[in-house]
Amino acid sequence: MSKMNNVSKSKLHGLWALTNRELKKWYKTPVVFILTLLQPIIWLGLLGNALNLGSLVGSSSLTIPPQVITELQLTPAQITVLQGFFSNIGDTIMQGTFGTTSYISFMAVGMIAFTALFTTMFSGMSVVWDRRLGFLNKALSTPVSRAVIILSKVLSATLRSIFQASIILIIAVPLGFQFGAAFTAVNILGVFAFLFLICMGLSSLFIAINIRSTRIETPMAVMNLLNLPLTFASSAFFPIEQMPGWLQAVATINPLSYTMNGMRQLLINSSIDYSQLALQYAYVGLFALVLTTVGIVLSWRFLNK
Amino acid sequence: MSNNAIEAEALTKVFNGSLVAVDHIDFSVRNGEIFGFLGPNGAGKTTTINMLITVLKPTEGKASILGYDIAKQNTQVRYSIGVVPQEYTADEDLTGYENILLCADLYGIQREVSKKRASELLELVELTAFKDKKVQTYSGGMRRRLELACGLINRPKVLFLDEPTLGLDVQTRAATWNYIKMLKKEFGMTLFMTTHYLEEADALCDRIAIIDHGKIIVVGSPTELKDSLGGDIITVAIKEDVDITELVERINHVKEVKKENGSYRIKSENGEITAPLIIESLRKEGHVVTRLSLTKPTLNEVYLQYTGKSMRDAEESGDSLYAKRMIMARRRH
Ligand SMILES: Nc1ncnc2c1ncn2[C@@H]1O[C@H](COP(=O)(O)OP(=O)(O)OP(=O)(O)O)[C@@H](O)[C@H]1O
Ligand SMILES: [Mg+2]
Repeated sequence: MSKMNNVSKSKLHGLWALTNRELKKWYKTPVVFILTLLQPIIWLGLLGNALNLGSLVGSSSLTIPPQVITELQLTPAQITVLQGFFSNIGDTIMQGTFGTTSYISFMAVGMIAFTALFTTMFSGMSVVWDRRLGFLNKALSTPVSRAVIILSKVLSATLRSIFQASIILIIAVPLGFQFGAAFTAVNILGVFAFLFLICMGLSSLFIAINIRSTRIETPMAVMNLLNLPLTFASSAFFPIEQMPGWLQAVATINPLSYTMNGMRQLLINSSIDYSQLALQYAYVGLFALVLTTVGIVLSWRFLNK
Repeated sequence: MSNNAIEAEALTKVFNGSLVAVDHIDFSVRNGEIFGFLGPNGAGKTTTINMLITVLKPTEGKASILGYDIAKQNTQVRYSIGVVPQEYTADEDLTGYENILLCADLYGIQREVSKKRASELLELVELTAFKDKKVQTYSGGMRRRLELACGLINRPKVLFLDEPTLGLDVQTRAATWNYIKMLKKEFGMTLFMTTHYLEEADALCDRIAIIDHGKIIVVGSPTELKDSLGGDIITVAIKEDVDITELVERINHVKEVKKENGSYRIKSENGEITAPLIIESLRKEGHVVTRLSLTKPTLNEVYLQYTGKSMRDAEESGDSLYAKRMIMARRRH
């Protein structure tokens, strides 16, 4: 057969074409593109400032009351020392609790992880359309491998998430984001690695769920169900140690918490605890490995029915 | 390899353990012929195609395409076939050209080759002027043509067309018929198509299988099927008031003559040949023919005979189904 001569026989052929198809839909529609960025930015601008705990406990609000001064008969020198102590107390509390003196920086990292969560959720839904509009069947009748069809979905969701998350980081800087003392440019790659792992895991999971439904309502319901626990039982807004016991239990196993804490070490903390970082990578990596394998196997089995 | 492009043996698909969509069907499609699957909604046409194009696994039975087993040699099958699905599957957000190249990539066709072929195919289906427009802006007919181009990108030996003219207007339907005939004639392609439309099956197909409730009811060429109903009907009236039944019965090809209130209903194969013979014989005997009409049985009657349903019902529900599908597709935006 003559046509066999000019075709690629690679098992992975079509992977980039299918991935790029998804990406094109997204970057060629600027409105959608901008809208997906809007939500985390609004959260960051509103919540990041409204919940600025640093300013709540911060220096300007704390002055030593006059009766304290007269009762303790403080000298001006003592007053200055005490005032100095109080003006640092906010920062000290912030540093101790959040690992940075800037709450918005703490939250921005949480938002980066969320963007990854939301983007993987939404881009996973495209598979429902592909099934319903017949594209999936058409692809299944071509020699492109089933695994490649699924992998392209996972990959495009992952690439999209990483890109959107980077934009959040860039936008957070003018909003008051402060890099930690331990930050170097190389750490950005570490952040990408975290995002890559978590997105692979999450999108494999969502695609395995979505590929089974012909109606968009089903994945919507599943997403809503998963959304809240994944969001609030994580270290997005508060460190896990500050949570009530039951919430802490969920947050401790939530891979998003590990992703956030790991990214915080790389981006905003003043020093990096490498054994912690290794643990965080290991946990997120294991999560990604298990979910990607399970997700792809489940989807693959469905396609081979 | 036998000279059959497609062979199916006891091919069966059961959904969810109980719904028998395709029920032990046997058929073969010869190399280079246009084979039509004709049946009402839910008959199992699409399910049969989906098994043959390796999208669905048969529950039972087997089939082969160009000698390749659809279960065991599915890669070879996929390289040899092209598919024009029932739905519009082209990506609305991409241009026509991008869509064709995407199809080419799914076959792993190298870019230099696929670009050239894409241009040729766009020319063939007369979409060159619109190739850089998003598919969103295409009309239904243009989308069908684009699907056709996508289905041809790998130069398939066997092309599957699932209701290729569903929802098209009369001109576009005629144009699509011409493409289909051309593919057979110019490229010697084997075509397997499904349709609701009897006149379509009649005009295009070398052979037809009528399928209903997952079973093949009858297979044959349109002519054979129509002849199985007893041939054409010639109605004759003469001026004189005499019985000509015996005279007509002696004429070649005539099968049956019935006198019906003043005229004669004559069943015959090849009516257009028989009719002049009848006129001639009657004249020789000194009779004057006052009226003669020739009715060819349509597949409509065949369909009615074999399924007990009028095809018109099926056609109507086909159109409303199409409308539903379009609404569904639009809701996406
Ligand atoms: N994936 C599926 N799961 C369950 N049942 C199905 C599935 N696909 C088809 N069916 C059922 O199988 C039967 C045959 O459907 P099929 O789509 O093959 O019919 P068709 O002849 O193509 O009809 P149409 O003219 O409407 O396209 C129908 O009863 C349909 O409901
Ligand atoms: Mg169908």
